[in-house]
Amino acid sequence: MQVLTESLQLNRDGALHHLLSTEGLPRPLIERILTTADGFIAVGTREVKSVPLLRGRSVFNLFFENSTRTRTTFEIASKRLSADVYNLNIAASSTAKGESLLDTIDNLTAMQADIFVVRHSQGGAPYLIARHLAPHVHVVNAGDGRHAHPTQALLDLYTIRHYKGAFPSLSVAVVGDILNSRVARSDIHALLAMGVTDLRAVGPLTLLPTGLEQMGVRVCTRLEEGIRNADVIIMLRLQSERMRGALLPSAQEYFRNYGLTPQALRHAKPDCIVMHPGPMNRGVEIDSTVADGPHSVILPQVSFGIAVRMAVLSMVASSQRSGSHRAEAAAPGSTVPHARANAGESTARLG
Amino acid sequence: MLELDAESIYFELVRRVREHIVGRSLRLVGVHTGGVWLAERLRVDLHIEPEVGILDVSFYRDDFGQTGLSRGVRPSRIPFDVDGADILLVDDVLYTGRTVRAAMNELFDYGRPARIDLAVLIDRGGRELPISTALIGRTIEVPADVSVVLSRDDQQRLHLRLERDPGG
Repeated sequence: MQVLTESLQLNRDGALHHLLSTEGLPRPLIERILTTADGFIAVGTREVKSVPLLRGRSVFNLFFENSTRTRTTFEIASKRLSADVYNLNIAASSTAKGESLLDTIDNLTAMQADIFVVRHSQGGAPYLIARHLAPHVHVVNAGDGRHAHPTQALLDLYTIRHYKGAFPSLSVAVVGDILNSRVARSDIHALLAMGVTDLRAVGPLTLLPTGLEQMGVRVCTRLEEGIRNADVIIMLRLQSERMRGALLPSAQEYFRNYGLTPQALRHAKPDCIVMHPGPMNRGVEIDSTVADGPHSVILPQVSFGIAVRMAVLSMVASSQRSGSHRAEAAAPGSTVPHARANAGESTARLG
Repeated sequence: MLELDAESIYFELVRRVREHIVGRSLRLVGVHTGGVWLAERLRVDLHIEPEVGILDVSFYRDDFGQTGLSRGVRPSRIPFDVDGADILLVDDVLYTGRTVRAAMNELFDYGRPARIDLAVLIDRGGRELPISTALIGRTIEVPADVSVVLSRDDQQRLHLRLERDPGG
């Protein structure tokens, strides 16, 4: 699976062609996404918050599953890149009339789509689309089933880097329904790729997947132990449907054992940060005092999410499927030598 | 190949800029990376008080469709009000003129400057846009497949060298 992911996501030059998962993303590429996002943060502080980078490109937001925050931030990100954005109301569209997913994609590609931002309740749907697409069209996974939510993980990395700096020395706890959470899965892959060595998955046994220890993640079933001396606590949303099954007794009991309260937070480092992908269930996984308290960076996460999504959209849009296409397409006279990684040098790139 | 003494070329640039800006209250903006080094030195040598602005024009380049986003994008930072400012834009090498166009486009997204002048260490010709300046350290002629590379050593001294591009 990992090899497949890599070859689908990256082009021959190792550049990001689609973003499907954080699994298999090389650390230098992740770092490049975060650095590019830094540039977009600076743009976001100006009076004119848009740049002309994706002028003339079309981004289609295909949300087969409800979302407000993610869809809105993708829409804002696309607009700030000057792309044309189309939000498709899937429930009211042809898929409701029985059109297949790939037929929908074909029709939208015929309408000159350049990038699809896809959320789907079925894990793997963005992969199906990625395999089907023409080489110049890109997919960004905005959450697929219980599988992956890579832009959330990347904005989580951005947030952690912003407040805490270097990853390897950090203690990070992911708390909640690890088993069913695509955010947890993507966070864990991303954090491990960045070299986090003290990573804990915290939750009731019924909501912890097997195989975490083999990946290098410590499993804790007690909250106090799981967040002890943590620098970063990532709380996950508890989906209400889990309550209906036999997995959990009640929201009250979950909050008693795993809810992040000011008392529980005392076990973490005094300067720890508390994150949550939203939307929060106050009084279920997190106490309001903590959600609104000094440790919470939940709202900055949302702001950073726009810049990170701008970075991802602009990077996939700039990838060509074949490695040689780039040189052929370069206009004569504007041959651009590869920009140098060495910070001590400056090349006249465009003149 | 052509020998370029970056330090003496820089002092020629300082001389020309100094003559040109007499009596003006200037703001400096350097184009990442070489232009920023030059702008920082000009700030000291020309006794300009305000901090130097930094532009990374990656998000404004007109060749995004062909070459994509450059590696190593850095945040732009303009630490003064661009509205009504008298700006000296500084870059290391003037070639096609596309970087300067991108830089001006970006500056206008910060505000409406009263005036923009351009200072460059090297003018290597080859313009593709109607952009020119008199504030030049030195004019040279080099073949199209050669890059002019500015570097800076530990003592902050500038060095220039010519490099043949891999694969032309």
